[in-house]
Amino acid sequence: MSGTILEVENLSVDIPVAAGMLHPVRGIGFSVSRGETLCIVGESGCGKSLTSLAIMGLLPKTARRNADRIEFLGRDIRNLREREMARLRGGSMSMIFQEPMTSLNPSYTIGNQLAEVYLRHVEQSRAAARDRAVFLLEKVGISSAASRLGQYPHQLSGGQRQRVMIAMALMCGPELIIADEPTTALDVTIQAQILHLLAELQREFRMGMILITHDLGIVARVADKVQVMYAGKTVEEGPCETVFDAPMHPYTQGLLRCIPIPGRTRRGERLGSVPGIVPNLVGELSGCLFRNRCDHARDACAGMRDDEPTRMGDGHAYTCLRAPGEISGELQAAEAP
Amino acid sequence: MPAYTLKRTFVAFLILIVVSGLTFSLSHLSADPALTIGGEQASEEDIQAIRKLYGFDRPIHVQYLDWLGRALSGDFGESYHYKQRVFDMVSERIGRTMLLGTLAILFALVVSIPLGTLAAMRPNSITDRIALFIAVLGQALPTFWFALMMIIVFGVWWRWLPISGHTQWANYVMPTIALGYYATPALMRLTRAGMIEVLASDYIRTARAKGLSPASVLFKHALRNAIIPVVALAAVWFGFMLGGSIVIETIFNLKGIGWLSYDALLRSDLPVVQAIVLIFASFYVVLTLLADLLNAYLDPRISVR
Repeated sequence: MSGTILEVENLSVDIPVAAGMLHPVRGIGFSVSRGETLCIVGESGCGKSLTSLAIMGLLPKTARRNADRIEFLGRDIRNLREREMARLRGGSMSMIFQEPMTSLNPSYTIGNQLAEVYLRHVEQSRAAARDRAVFLLEKVGISSAASRLGQYPHQLSGGQRQRVMIAMALMCGPELIIADEPTTALDVTIQAQILHLLAELQREFRMGMILITHDLGIVARVADKVQVMYAGKTVEEGPCETVFDAPMHPYTQGLLRCIPIPGRTRRGERLGSVPGIVPNLVGELSGCLFRNRCDHARDACAGMRDDEPTRMGDGHAYTCLRAPGEISGELQAAEAP
Repeated sequence: MPAYTLKRTFVAFLILIVVSGLTFSLSHLSADPALTIGGEQASEEDIQAIRKLYGFDRPIHVQYLDWLGRALSGDFGESYHYKQRVFDMVSERIGRTMLLGTLAILFALVVSIPLGTLAAMRPNSITDRIALFIAVLGQALPTFWFALMMIIVFGVWWRWLPISGHTQWANYVMPTIALGYYATPALMRLTRAGMIEVLASDYIRTARAKGLSPASVLFKHALRNAIIPVVALAAVWFGFMLGGSIVIETIFNLKGIGWLSYDALLRSDLPVVQAIVLIFASFYVVLTLLADLLNAYLDPRISVR
């Protein structure tokens, strides 16, 4: 597709640790097109943040990245040198982090930190950088933007700082924006505002966006495509509506039971949970890793090949031994009153 | 910021008053100035006469206030031994001590900051080990021994540098290194620890995500934050360099006020001792004040608290 910005195939990240080799990301793939929002969902430790850092080339030094393909704007970026990678970062791909309180340098003014990216990637004009900064601060909803340029991060609230981080990510007009749990550290009321803002800006500037989150409520509101990760693997992916209407993987179903759905969840009804914890990802792993937490686990799960998903058409796919008929029958039964 | 500066200056002034009071009373309790002035042959009547003449028979707080009043107008009295004005004796030599102290702290900073940064970039690497070794050595070697070794090697064997005096620039090379090396380990370790902590911080990840050059990430974003505690420590060490120059000035016969204080202590020359202690205390107080103000400038969050 001509609008494709990023294509990733079979990406894995390995980190040597004392106990052996840790495999936090084990062969995942996805693509993002212009104007499209991909949500990567999963619980803590499933490898979603490392996936985004791997794309940005910001993995810790000890981590090793492998991929069959990482193509950004039609260009293979797997073997780019650090210098060339730095040209892309902050320029045509930028990132918003989870912790707005600590992600800005306390020693420099907002204006300085905003202008810096622009001066690095676009042009050496302080005036132009300043104008762009004011324009974007207004865009992200910061009042009296011009006078904010001289303020330091500690003079702003968490929500304002995250707005500044968003403005910073947009300074050079990126094609791709990766937001790693951008609302997790914020108050619930602010969360909705920030999310709404991100979705709006993404539509306005026609950027591709990867939104990383553990909150399916967020996904439902903004995603075009969903990718559910478990233990470093994609267990289910597909268009947002399809996945929400007919989740095929037991893990996705479990996650969906955790959130209240208007009109479907009755008042006073207990929400579900997914019991158990993510398995240890050190050493050789085989079979379906969700099997020890799964209600439908059977003997064959231990020998399952997790690199051959069951494809359902229109991009919906899941990695589970259960046949589509078996699952959809169950879903219908559950929905009946 | 002006309110902050004013508050800090007031506290600094109070500290000086307390320090001068303590030195005055302690030195007058530990040695009888009348005995020093009279010498060993003086009779009891002579001593009494001297006490009356110099006013030592008055209560100590009266003597202190008298001394303080005159000290504030720059009159530190007269040396019992040299019969010279203390003010003249000190002002003739203070420049040498200031020069030595400044050179020493600059030497320490120039060595420790790059070394600490280099060590922090690759913790536990060979560079880090070498930096640590240099630091441990600086901490373990007694200053006087290190100074004497330098004198033997560079002054006696190779005859590169003069071993005593204060008349030419070359006279300051060995004292600077000997004194500055002593401050290097602490400053280097703090730079290293600060850099390691800062380099792992979220805003460094942000700086890298912005695609900034490695130099900009390291120097603009990391070093500035890592250096804040180093500035405060360097100010304290600078005070230490000025006060701690007693040993070094004596070894190299560099006649600054460190040397003078050593000489005055041996002779119980109290007016000189008091003046120098007050000067050293003022150095500390002023330097700490300057460090606080510099910190407030480097870290905008400080003056708000």
